[in-house]
Amino acid sequence: MIAFKLAYRNLVGAGLRTFLIVFVLSVSYVLIIFMNGLYRGWEREGKFEMIRWEVGQGQYWQENYDPYDPVTLTDAHAPLPASFERATENGSAAAILVTQATVYPEGRMLGIMLKGISAGQEVLAIPTDLLIPKDNEIPAVIGTRFAQNANLAEGDHILVRWRDVNGTFDATELTISGIFNSSVPAVDNSQIWISLDRLQQMTGMPGEATILVIGEDAVLPAEVAGWEFQGHDVLFAELDQMIKTKSIGGSVFYLILLALALLAVFDTQVLSIFRRQREIGTYISMGMTRRQVVGLFTVEGAMHAVLALLLGAIYGIPLLLYVGSKGLGMPEGTDSFGMAAAQRIMPYYSLALVIGTVVLVIIATTIVSYMPSRKIAKMNPTEAIRGKIQ
Amino acid sequence: MKNGTIITIENLARHYPVGGGRFTALSGVNLTFSRGEFTGIVGPSGSGKTTMLNIIGSLDTPSEGVTDVLGTTSKEMTPKVAATLRKKHIGFIFQTYNLMSVYTVYENVEFPLLLLKMSASERKKAVLDALEWVGLTDKIKSKPPQLSGGESQRVAIARAMVKRPELVLADEPTANLDAKNSHHILRTMEELNRELETTFIFATHDEKVIQYLRRIITLEDGRVVSDERVKQ
Repeated sequence: MIAFKLAYRNLVGAGLRTFLIVFVLSVSYVLIIFMNGLYRGWEREGKFEMIRWEVGQGQYWQENYDPYDPVTLTDAHAPLPASFERATENGSAAAILVTQATVYPEGRMLGIMLKGISAGQEVLAIPTDLLIPKDNEIPAVIGTRFAQNANLAEGDHILVRWRDVNGTFDATELTISGIFNSSVPAVDNSQIWISLDRLQQMTGMPGEATILVIGEDAVLPAEVAGWEFQGHDVLFAELDQMIKTKSIGGSVFYLILLALALLAVFDTQVLSIFRRQREIGTYISMGMTRRQVVGLFTVEGAMHAVLALLLGAIYGIPLLLYVGSKGLGMPEGTDSFGMAAAQRIMPYYSLALVIGTVVLVIIATTIVSYMPSRKIAKMNPTEAIRGKIQ
Repeated sequence: MKNGTIITIENLARHYPVGGGRFTALSGVNLTFSRGEFTGIVGPSGSGKTTMLNIIGSLDTPSEGVTDVLGTTSKEMTPKVAATLRKKHIGFIFQTYNLMSVYTVYENVEFPLLLLKMSASERKKAVLDALEWVGLTDKIKSKPPQLSGGESQRVAIARAMVKRPELVLADEPTANLDAKNSHHILRTMEELNRELETTFIFATHDEKVIQYLRRIITLEDGRVVSDERVKQ
């Protein structure tokens, strides 16, 4: 307790030097919490949006389906097992049939994924109620990104060409019945959604599907022959990896700042021990052991982190809460990462993040304070009292 | 240890390694000090005065011989025991005052009491008493850089005396002071010695100090060449 009291007095007495170090350390606290909060917020929102638009509560993939190998799509379809049929009928799952196709907007040729999804399903947020056929048209919905790329608008017609189950080319005209705005590029970029029944009919694959997306209420067996269950761990792997990469990249900023602050603490400690030898000797003459003096200097250095915490709290809490409530607009083109990214990210500051950051900074500061202080243990007090450099 | 004797030194020697050989700072010293003494260890520079004071103050250890300071012998003097001895029973006064520049006068004087873990109210009373002894009650909020040399040394005396130690060791306390201030602080220490029966041992070669001493031990080349009692 005495060490804290004395350390506080020494730090306050050091004035501007203490303030500068404390300020830089406090910025480190705030930046670490802000940056990590931002990535956590992105992760949370990205996952929430992916659940809404793409992955649901998990997916069953037909065993030949490999999303990274379009060639497998030719064989990645199979009749829905009875349990899947029941789930799609009661609305707790949505079946999707995927095939490659080509569209010709304004005379251009674009390769796309033509996806059939149960019209009227409510597992995913894709507006499939717009896929219910009217007249003789084949309604299709697309996302805003693809609409922009292909220069398509609601009510437009577009020619689509595909191969059926036998490999025979066929073509027809689709009518854009709706354009949805999703933060998940995977359901938007180069994708056209039509009704499952219609695509099954077009491809000659009645009752078949490639993917079954399950909703919250779905009760399905863990293992289904010919189908493989993919949980969130697999479906979010790409997002997790991307956020991890971004997070590592982003951490360089605050780690440099933290390193600078720690360097300043280390430097101050070295300088203190060099300049305050007479004081060290006096402490020992008054009855402190060398270990206690080492402790005092270590606490003094570590207290920079405690004062920084207080200073950081003064301006950091209002700042972080403001950004947390208003969110942070993502720059144009963020969705070109190919990852789910909302237009505004709401940072998420968990208690673990705050405590973890505080502990990290305090421990790091304590270590860099202790390292130079060890020299005191080897000092000769009689020389120190006279201020002789040792 | 005889009645009233607080320090016994027997066959004390202190050597320091220098280059390939060794330098003998003290050799064959035999002395005793009694409670309430106002004693000076005098001699030219390099005669071993400060070394003697450091060994008595348990800041240094003998190379040969034995010391017994306030019932603790040099043989049982571990760093922790030595620190406790200094903390509870010994006060130091240095030539260069050695005040903490970031602390106020009050905080400097309070420091030894913090180490003794005294309560805040006890500390306050003791600090104010000590500052009154040295006549600095009007400077409690000042910091050392704002004080004159004489005032700084009086703060150092208050700091040494605040815990009412049995022994005060003063190493050249007047070396940086003018005559007026020297006499002032010496009179202060003399009064404290009489009032509180605190033993004062000085290391000095300052004539101004010597005229106040009641016992003068002269060292030359690390050996005691005389030990005189002075009638005042």
